[in-house]
Amino acid sequence: MTLKTDLNIADPDTLYAALLAAHKGLSAEGSAALNAELILLLMNHVGDAEVIRAALDLARQGKV
Amino acid sequence: MPYDYKPFPYEAPPGLKHPEPRHRVVIVGAGPIGLAMALDLAGQGVASVLVDDNNVVSVGSRAICWSKRSLEILDRIGVGEQAVDMGVTWKVGRTYHRDEEVYSFDLLPEDGHKMPAFINLQQYHIEEMLVRRALEEPLVDLRFKNRVTAVEQTGDHVYVSIETPDGTYALNAEYLVACDGAKSPIRSMMGLDFEGELFEERFLIADIEMTAEMPAERWFWFEPTFHPGQSALLHKQPDNIYRIDLQLGWDADPDEERKPEKVIPRIRKVVGHDDFRLDWVSIYSFQCRRLAKFVHGRVIFAGDSAHVVSPFGARGGNGGLQDVDALGWRLAAVVEGRAAPAILDEYDRERVHGADENILNSSRTTRFMTPADGAERQFRDAVLSLAGKTGFARALVNGGRLSKPCVYPLPGAPDHPDLPEVSRPGAVAPDAPLGNGWLTEALGGRPVLLALGCAAPQIDGLEVLAPELTETLARRYLGAARQALYLVRPDQVVAGRWVEADAGAIAAALGAIWGGRA
Repeated sequence: MTLKTDLNIADPDTLYAALLAAHKGLSAEGSAALNAELILLLMNHVGDAEVIRAALDLARQGKV
Repeated sequence: MPYDYKPFPYEAPPGLKHPEPRHRVVIVGAGPIGLAMALDLAGQGVASVLVDDNNVVSVGSRAICWSKRSLEILDRIGVGEQAVDMGVTWKVGRTYHRDEEVYSFDLLPEDGHKMPAFINLQQYHIEEMLVRRALEEPLVDLRFKNRVTAVEQTGDHVYVSIETPDGTYALNAEYLVACDGAKSPIRSMMGLDFEGELFEERFLIADIEMTAEMPAERWFWFEPTFHPGQSALLHKQPDNIYRIDLQLGWDADPDEERKPEKVIPRIRKVVGHDDFRLDWVSIYSFQCRRLAKFVHGRVIFAGDSAHVVSPFGARGGNGGLQDVDALGWRLAAVVEGRAAPAILDEYDRERVHGADENILNSSRTTRFMTPADGAERQFRDAVLSLAGKTGFARALVNGGRLSKPCVYPLPGAPDHPDLPEVSRPGAVAPDAPLGNGWLTEALGGRPVLLALGCAAPQIDGLEVLAPELTETLARRYLGAARQALYLVRPDQVVAGRWVEADAGAIAAALGAIWGGRA
């Protein structure tokens, strides 16, 4: 499978808001911990190494 | 009871009085790897001189976890059963985060193997067994208190200068095998350096003697309440000795931390009482590094002199014994003129592969145990946190991935898709019961053609083993097929396999064993 980069969420604004809400009231450290757990959970759910590597490459672009 | 470190006898070597004839092989370092090397060569009919600068076994438990593969190798050189009888057999490991168990593994869930998954046995016991075996073996010339001071090699031999309590002398040999440990003096004399990673972390390692009814399991803790924020490891050994490893952090002062008044309170917190005796303490940091090449002309490196790893995974001693396994039969064939020296490049290729696998696994464990600040620590902590609430994260908790025999890449080795993965070319031939004994006892030392469910073609110089087909043999060697032929190397590694083959194909694969890859 290849990484989906077109919209794949039915109601994007609501889900984006849910992401922000999950971080509400957390310290920077707490947010970082939440993000790390979230990434691991989603990574396991996706399971496809090719898709995950493509996402890692895309996310890393422009950071180094 | 504490181990009695008795010195082994020193005898003035003949070279002090008159020049010795050229030897076939000189082995430097009579630790487990050097001793096993000498005994493995002896099993191949090759004499060696084994020199060591010391005359006692190593102090402290050091390498304690001996894998099934190591036990099979030790069995071939005559001490495997003795080691199992004396050792603590275990196969279950448990990993805790804080005080909750988050992960456990069973290393040998099936039976039908002569050797257990792991035993714990102090390195000094293994060394003593091997020394006793070496002293009764006429093909091993074991010389204590013989320290190598210089090495030189020419086109056809190695020249070694040796210092003894009675003076200095020289040895000539066709090959030198350096089994002189992580700080290898031979490596320094040759100006060779390790490449790889040094981890900035310190660990306290302690052997304690206590009477306790603890199960024979490996216990690993992340951030236990008895040792906050750090990791801890506990192993049960024979003689009521327990081994404890405690992470201390890079800032810990090694001289301070090894003092009993500092160590004892730490141990008291682990075991929960005072009823123990401190037997041995050491503070260590570690590296995951190796030599770029293990074969340097007529000087060959094996064991810690060639590669070092962190201790979490039992890959040091076990990796070294696999070096011996891959080298012995090849070196014997070279010095006896049965194979060209190029076959030693295959040792280099296979064991560099093995060392890289060990270094990779051990570095990953180390990184998990001692994450760098920032993302590394965030993900490590996230895994530990998730491990309490999800199954998948438990598999990511990495307190050591324990040594498994290396599966060598053997490109072009004959294979058949119907045959099971467990016995594929490059893998160690899996053990199985065989009559009153075991398959591993019938293999090894020389190439063998294993014929299962069919007749074997006749090939000059190739012994055939055609056991009665059992359910276990069929499962491990036939899979979906009804018959098969397996060519097994002297180190019990599968060199090729067929469902049907003519003599020519098998002879070609046999030639490849002795001549490098076809």
